[in-house]
Amino acid sequence: MTFLWAFLVGGFVCMLGQLLILKTNWTPARILVSFVVLGAILQVCQVFEPIKQFAGAGITTPITGFGAGLVKGTFEAIDQFGFLGIFAGGLTAMAAGIGVAIVSGLIIGMIFKSRSK
Amino acid sequence: MSTIVFKNKPRVVGWYSVAGKKESEGPLGNTFSRVVKDEYYGEKTHEAAERKLFVTAIQGVIRDASVTPDAVFAGDLLNQIVSASFAMRDIGLPYVGIYGACSTMALSLIVAASYVDAGLLKTTVAAAGSHFATAERQYRTPLEFGNQRPPSAQWTVTGAGATMLTHNQTSPIVVTSATIGRVIDYGIKDVNNMGAAMAPAAADTLARHFKNTKTKPSDYDAIFTGDLGRIGEEALRDLLKDEGYTLGDNYYDCGKLVYSGKQKVDMGGSGCGCSAITLNGFIFSKLQTGEYKRVLFMATGALLSPTTSYQGETIPSVANAVVFEHQTIKTEGTTK
Amino acid sequence: MNKQEYAEYIKKITPKSKMWGSLARAFLVGGLICLLGEGIGALYKMWLPQYDQTQIGSLVSCTLIFLAAFLTGIGVYDKIGYFAGGGSIVPITGFSNSITSAAMEYRKEGIIFGTCANMFKIAGPVIVVGVAVAMLCGLGYFIVGLFL
Repeated sequence: MTFLWAFLVGGFVCMLGQLLILKTNWTPARILVSFVVLGAILQVCQVFEPIKQFAGAGITTPITGFGAGLVKGTFEAIDQFGFLGIFAGGLTAMAAGIGVAIVSGLIIGMIFKSRSK
Repeated sequence: MSTIVFKNKPRVVGWYSVAGKKESEGPLGNTFSRVVKDEYYGEKTHEAAERKLFVTAIQGVIRDASVTPDAVFAGDLLNQIVSASFAMRDIGLPYVGIYGACSTMALSLIVAASYVDAGLLKTTVAAAGSHFATAERQYRTPLEFGNQRPPSAQWTVTGAGATMLTHNQTSPIVVTSATIGRVIDYGIKDVNNMGAAMAPAAADTLARHFKNTKTKPSDYDAIFTGDLGRIGEEALRDLLKDEGYTLGDNYYDCGKLVYSGKQKVDMGGSGCGCSAITLNGFIFSKLQTGEYKRVLFMATGALLSPTTSYQGETIPSVANAVVFEHQTIKTEGTTK
Repeated sequence: MNKQEYAEYIKKITPKSKMWGSLARAFLVGGLICLLGEGIGALYKMWLPQYDQTQIGSLVSCTLIFLAAFLTGIGVYDKIGYFAGGGSIVPITGFSNSITSAAMEYRKEGIIFGTCANMFKIAGPVIVVGVAVAMLCGLGYFIVGLFL
């Protein structure tokens, strides 16, 4: 059942992104930024976790998951370490994703050449 | 008066065009002097490939005419017009760099023809070119970035063209007049809608040209604009109607000619190379045979840079027009 | 025509993207990418029972990021993007594509000043804004926590 919900919720979030592109003419960077902020807001309002419960990857795979993860990590680190958590928590929680993105970008960038289609 | 009338009739004695793979698959595919299928043209970068396109076009026109020109007037779209300048490093002839964005082919022709007409230089070459990948990178996003192009976007032509001008020679193609463009800005900001930004400049130059030369659109066998695309073409027709001129079936846009509808190029081709490869092949061969007796060639350019766009500036544009006529070689005696 | 009339005129003659078709494509591709994420998650859960939910989530993200980087390298991701638009920009794979495509494009200026310096040209704002917003929320959470 989670599979169906992951497809539906994920598809819906991406469709919202496309709607933004069509209606506002925003650049992809702006779209990504607004969805990260959206994810953070959902997390703060405690809406993100309930959606994640039934939709799983449907809400965590879109970049909203990145925003929510940053906030979640920050809050947990504050609970654990206090003041330092404000600064350390977010990136600690998201370190794996950013790390893989940097390393794979670096390696792929060195191996492949860009081509026009 | 902003229209130049060339009294000594500089003549087009040679032309050469080199085009990329996609262009060779378009309707003008068999009109190019040379086709380069490899987008890197054997070089390491797309920028180097664009340079090599320039070298090929300029050397091609010199070789075909077997005349060494006194100077080359050329330009492109990249910052500091590096493609033309770096190409001239290999060619080694005196060089004047020209920037008119996508209107560079017409602008360099006007300057090159003026020098010949005034008798300051005997033989000159005008050249312009562009490359899809270098323009994408400079003005838009990395090539492999997966975004959609809005339907108003155009496709930058990969290719370069060069024209050789001189007088006192036997060629039927004569440069008779030219109108230099004014920089016009109608407040368009959308970098994906260049046709809309450039149409007012095109209308301004055309209207002034018709007025100054006391001609009307139907006096020409063909009128070509550089790369207005479908939106720009429609806007130009409507803007000119307000000025009292109606463009008929003899009006074509190089951006629409160079690709077929099936090639996923949205509104059509663009870039310096678009008008350059259409002129230095299709248009000149028809003038050579006399199928066209009188042609108005006008290239349009959007004078923006990525910096000005990010800073929220609108897009100023310019259009430069040149008239070519087919005159039988017998009448050449009258020019002297 | 004055500038304002011209702007309205241009708006009228500029063709629009076919809205419903493009929304449907974004939904389909976006949904499939998320479904793939869910599927990979289920596999990891089977293979690595000692990992908790958060760790599995991290692994799934990493896998998708690498997969998208690879597809970008072989020149497939931009074709998916051309078809799907927002459908392939919004998922974490789009974030990865923006990094890898910039890394590839600027490789020609060398590894340090090309690839490394320009990798985050598009994705940079995502991390900066994300971290800034998370810290702001964290600060609020911390202050509220002091009084509870």
